[in-house]
Amino acid sequence: MDFISTHLLTTILFFPVLAALAILFIPGDQVKAIRWTALLSSLVPFGLSIWLWLAFNPNIAGFQFQEQYLWYEAINSTFHLGVDGLSLTMVLLTTLLTPLAILASFSISDKVKAYMILFLLLETGMLGVFLALDLLIFFVFWEIGLVPMYFLINQWGSANRNYASLKFFIYTMAGSLGLLLAIQMLGVLFQTYDIVTLAERWAELDGSTVMLGLSTGTVKMVAFWAFVIAFAIKVPVWPFHTWLPDAHTEAPTAGSMILAGVLLKLGAYGFLRLVLPFYPAESAQFAGVLAFLAVMAIIFGAFGAYGQTDFKRLVAYSSINHMGFVLLGIAAAAKAAGTLDATIALNGAVLQMFNHGLSAAGMFFLVGVIYERTHTRDLRQFGGLFPLVPVYGTILIFVSMASLGLPGLNGFVSEFMIVRGSWAILPVFTALAMLGLLMTGAYILKGIKDVLHGPLNEHWAHGEHRLTEINIREILVMVPLMILILVIGIWPMWILDVINKAMMMLF
Amino acid sequence: MQFPILSVIVFTPLVASLIIFLMNGERKNEIRVTALAAAVFALLLSVWVYFSYDQSVAGYQFLEKYDWLPVLGISYHVGVDGISTPLVLLTGLVMFTGVLISWNIDDRPREFFAFLFLLAGGVFGVFVALDLFMLFFFYEIAVFPMYLLIAIWGWKQTREYAAMKLTLYLFLGSVFALVGALAMYWQVGQNTGVFTFDMLQMEKAGAMAGMVEIFGLAIPFQVFWFLPVFLGFAILGGIFPFHNWSPDGHVAAPTAVSMFHAGVLMKLGAFAALRVGIMLLPEGAVYWKYLILGLALVNVVYGAFIAMIQTDFKYIIGFSSVSHMGLVMLGFATLNREGMVGAGLQMFSHGVMTALFFAAVGMVYDRAHTRQLPELGGMVKALPWVAISFIIGGLVSMGMPGLSGFVAEFPIFMGVWKDQWLVAVIASISIVITAGYVLIAVRRVFFGDMPAQFEGHITPISVLDKIALGTLCLVMFALGMFPSLMAPLVELGVMNVLRLLGGA
Repeated sequence: MDFISTHLLTTILFFPVLAALAILFIPGDQVKAIRWTALLSSLVPFGLSIWLWLAFNPNIAGFQFQEQYLWYEAINSTFHLGVDGLSLTMVLLTTLLTPLAILASFSISDKVKAYMILFLLLETGMLGVFLALDLLIFFVFWEIGLVPMYFLINQWGSANRNYASLKFFIYTMAGSLGLLLAIQMLGVLFQTYDIVTLAERWAELDGSTVMLGLSTGTVKMVAFWAFVIAFAIKVPVWPFHTWLPDAHTEAPTAGSMILAGVLLKLGAYGFLRLVLPFYPAESAQFAGVLAFLAVMAIIFGAFGAYGQTDFKRLVAYSSINHMGFVLLGIAAAAKAAGTLDATIALNGAVLQMFNHGLSAAGMFFLVGVIYERTHTRDLRQFGGLFPLVPVYGTILIFVSMASLGLPGLNGFVSEFMIVRGSWAILPVFTALAMLGLLMTGAYILKGIKDVLHGPLNEHWAHGEHRLTEINIREILVMVPLMILILVIGIWPMWILDVINKAMMMLF
Repeated sequence: MQFPILSVIVFTPLVASLIIFLMNGERKNEIRVTALAAAVFALLLSVWVYFSYDQSVAGYQFLEKYDWLPVLGISYHVGVDGISTPLVLLTGLVMFTGVLISWNIDDRPREFFAFLFLLAGGVFGVFVALDLFMLFFFYEIAVFPMYLLIAIWGWKQTREYAAMKLTLYLFLGSVFALVGALAMYWQVGQNTGVFTFDMLQMEKAGAMAGMVEIFGLAIPFQVFWFLPVFLGFAILGGIFPFHNWSPDGHVAAPTAVSMFHAGVLMKLGAFAALRVGIMLLPEGAVYWKYLILGLALVNVVYGAFIAMIQTDFKYIIGFSSVSHMGLVMLGFATLNREGMVGAGLQMFSHGVMTALFFAAVGMVYDRAHTRQLPELGGMVKALPWVAISFIIGGLVSMGMPGLSGFVAEFPIFMGVWKDQWLVAVIASISIVITAGYVLIAVRRVFFGDMPAQFEGHITPISVLDKIALGTLCLVMFALGMFPSLMAPLVELGVMNVLRLLGGA
């Protein structure tokens, strides 16, 4: 126990890898054993991160539970981990969604062993990004996460998976090329990769020094855009979003849950952890551009979702819409750093990251539930299903309402805070974003109507096509999400307190 | 007297080659066991050298020196530093795994293993030689058996052409380098009064001073001779525009020879270019560095694009080697600490990776008898080990963090940033292209539906094959996760190079 409490972060980070190794030695035909090992071992990091949450002291500035080991001395990179309120929230989200996604994957029967191993490796990749305090380690985990996701889409996805997985991989990799180059440049200039040190020294540089034969201002601006583009692709922000609907639609259900629930948050996390602290001046200067992109994402995401006839694509576009609000909050905070409005917007943005993780994972799972039964996602082929599957219908409406931003559920709290914060800073953009919010209501109601209401499609009512009700395992996946959605909607203080203090200290 | 471990390493394959040659060619199993025993012995010794190299002392270690032809200043002088130690280990690894996967060679195994070991002995010799004459001696020993191995056991359609092309290219290169070496020999003799091929003597300050008069122009000696020497060796490293022997050679060679060829022989060229070109002629290196940087940049980017359009599985890997060896040259050309440490690591990493690649390609080809991407598919079900190994190799090749390719390429790029940031930006394109062709090859060969004619014909690989693949994968993971297993060692070697260059 002593070892674990002093190495809490490394344990959380690498436990999934150990579990994956253990699964490697289970014979491939012992499907049940593999599933349960994966599920139970993914609960361990979740338990540990609850411990972490309880032991974390939100009143202390800076990073806690830090661990630092020698890693790559030749280029001064160390294996440095730590959490603050921001990363803690994201770690909790990741470790919560992974067991749920694994439980959701119990219906997978093809190559279960490889699937579970990849899933656990994916968890480590994501956690590493949130925990890293060394830029190189950050990048290492940033890229590692791509590999299992690529294979999850490529091997267990639906019809067009080859195209979607390659697009996802190449898009993200090309996006992170600029990030890689910028990281190398920082390493060459400062001879360190420590995020905290770099943020201080990099932000302090003034225009008088000359680097690489160019003025500091130019170098900083180019590096700023390199970071922004890498993270914007991951979020994804309009116009870099086109990989997302493809990847989501083709990915297996649990893959979409993690993709929307956690992977998209990596991009937003990058903005908060690296872009704002490293480039406060550039962020303020280009806040208008960021806000413009965010508003475009909000509006186009909403209209795009409304235009879909594929249920999963509809949910995918809704992710673009919701993540646009996160970026809007970040842009507002960048423009007026340090003000009360900015802090409110930031709080909203981080909470929105968490909330969207819950509701998007839930929505994708619910799409998966109906897809498994009907083998179609075409909204035109559903209709009037509520009387057949009342429990499923109720859950779907509940989660949809959270996504829509109904007061009393979690989405309302975070979106309200973002809008409240950015209204004072970027009034025009915020007003335009409201147009997107209107459409959010429209596409969600359209989705519910097409699936649950209207005239019943008799095809699903009789015989072998008779739609079956959501089962206990599937309900078990949804229950934790629904509880959190409700709790945050009614009493957000428990999580906002941690986020707020972190934001106050960070910016 | 200290145990002459390096000599034992060099002569183990040479002696084994002789013994195998004298054995009865019909008793194939005995030949194989002898070969494996020798390979294991050499591997264990090279592991021992690797871990007993004293990092607190640095410099050349395990030195042995005997007079060979004192009249001409030639001695048998061997020793290893931080750069050559990993390469000795690499050779041991490739030799061991190469023997394992050639276990089932049925066509004249006696001659095959004898030539393979002759080749291995030559390679070990070059990496440990500290005498310029000895270096050439072993260099030619390494190149010559290649011709026979490709021409006799190679791919029927191109083996004669490829063997001839390869040998002519490499001999041409070594002729230039040899002329340069003789010029250096005379120059050292004139400057110091001692005629010697001992590289430790030749690298002393001032030994290579002087001018060359040509057409009335006085050119500094080092500047004049750097290009023939460096490029002469770099041909074997696959430098643009002299790279095009290498994909043909790789493709035509039998599997174990391709592994040796791409895994070790190309490092031989790069290593000799460093040891003789850069370390003995540092002024020349400084003068010509941008030319080398430019050529290497073409290697990196152009090699990746050419690999992208290949439809032959083995040609893809062949051209990817051209691209990756370009990164080694790029690292050398920076002449700074980060770049050269990265280049040293990349030599090792690429050697292991490409040996794995060719082993995997060979295993697929032996069963499917085709390497055309459109004709392959679905191999993962029949050959899961091969598929996973190839994927891991592919991830190394695209510089995926957590594997050895990343820890090697990252410092190279840092080094280039320090010098010419634009080159780093352009070279980075190759990372995405590499990801593209690797993923496409993986998908076409291993996933999708297996063509009907292969159903039931794809036999599983043997335990020995699995050991070979597993060993190589393990090494790449180990280095990728714990770069400090090798980086500090390489750094010691690089510090010595930088000292000769007048920096650090």
